Amino acid sequence: MTTPMVKFDNVTKRYGSLTVLDSLNLEIAPNEKVAIIGPSGSGKTTVLRMLMTLERINDGVIYVDGEPLTHMERNGGLVPADERHLRRVRGNIGMVFQHFNLFPHMSALKNCMEAPIHVLGLPRREAEERAAELLDMVGLGDKKNHYPSQLSGGQQQRVAIARALAMRPKVMLFDEVTSALDPELVGEVLQVIRRLAKEHSLTMLMVTHQMGFAKEFADRVCFFHSGKIAEQGAPEAIFNNPQEERTRQFLSAVLEAG
Amino acid sequence: MFWDWNYVWEIMPSLLRASLVTIEATFLGFLLALVLGLVMAILRMSRSQWISVPTAGLVEFIRSTPVLIQIFFIFFVFPEFGIVLPAMTAGVIALGLHYGAYCSEVYRAGLENVPRGQWEASTALNLSPYITFRDIIIPQAIPPVVPALGNYLVALFKETPLLSAIAVLELMQTAKILGSENFRYVEPITLVGVFFLVMSLVAAALIRQVERTLNQSLRNPGGGQ
Repeated sequence: MTTPMVKFDNVTKRYGSLTVLDSLNLEIAPNEKVAIIGPSGSGKTTVLRMLMTLERINDGVIYVDGEPLTHMERNGGLVPADERHLRRVRGNIGMVFQHFNLFPHMSALKNCMEAPIHVLGLPRREAEERAAELLDMVGLGDKKNHYPSQLSGGQQQRVAIARALAMRPKVMLFDEVTSALDPELVGEVLQVIRRLAKEHSLTMLMVTHQMGFAKEFADRVCFFHSGKIAEQGAPEAIFNNPQEERTRQFLSAVLEAG
Repeated sequence: MFWDWNYVWEIMPSLLRASLVTIEATFLGFLLALVLGLVMAILRMSRSQWISVPTAGLVEFIRSTPVLIQIFFIFFVFPEFGIVLPAMTAGVIALGLHYGAYCSEVYRAGLENVPRGQWEASTALNLSPYITFRDIIIPQAIPPVVPALGNYLVALFKETPLLSAIAVLELMQTAKILGSENFRYVEPITLVGVFFLVMSLVAAALIRQVERTLNQSLRNPGGGQ
């Protein structure tokens, strides 16, 4: 079996006395597309935030591409990672946020150039060319000198996708990327992600409430419930023939809402 | 005669020269305050308590003691430890330190107002802490607090007469000397007052102008459209 691109090994996350994720074990193969669904408070966003190292974990180890992310090897054992180790391994991962989090004082193009110049060390010219290409790819080639405040939500989110891609990650994380958008703008963002999934060999994790999109996009769907994976499997199996009562309840509630 | 114009014209050149010293002390002191304030604000945000707590203590200490005592301390007490500074340098350092402590609180408010998402995006893009501060956080934190910083510029300017206490030949000290030489204080002290009034008004107008420009660019960073 090939090395998993992402591996959660008995990962636990607590906020004070509240256990958000309880001994999570999850392996994601290279190029696999995984949709994470579940009620709010089930820990699904925390999975992405831990993987992006925005949250520290309390127990367990996360591996990325065979290498420990949250820890580093020392004298044959694992010790918590220091900042340098985090910076090295984290470079494999890109993330797109629910609220875009674009840099408001930079044009779309500059947003996509900042990290390639300062982290990858690309010369300015090359960074600019690549940023322009990526903005073209997300359909914003004509908006590259616009500032975030001059773009619609859907356009901002597409810039955010281009910005994450500019770092050439192996794993892309999408955290409810359409939840903050007006309904008529959801389609253009999903279209970009669909294309990305088809044309790039990227491992993708997506927390989403768009069940229709999860069904068509994902190789596997994980249903989270109170900090655990309650059920997982191929989209057809989960959506058409859920085995767990909790999954059935959640799906019927979501589908009823529209 | 209550007001002697001849005397006014006679002392004007010395006062104008002294006003340059006042302006110099103001700008050097404020420059120092801007730099030290930013450093203190950033250190105070440090995740390590070994850095943030002593910095917070230092800021509180500086803010809670009179600037005159700090001036005296640096000028008269530091030499006991082998640090002998010219009066002007000691005065500028004291003013810079004192107002730096105040500015650090202003910076802190600005830094804390930058949304958490900006930090998270910086982490997700793997930017180093230095680049994150320099390119992402500080450019967003400073513009909203420029007016507050400007107020401290005016406040510092109005405190420069304190330097006369350690015999820096700024405006106040010069006016005092002129007064005692000629036994006439009305004209020199009045002129000093007028000078401070005019300069403060000019500075306040400039700050308002900067504030307006910043507000416009904040609302619409791209301009046009």
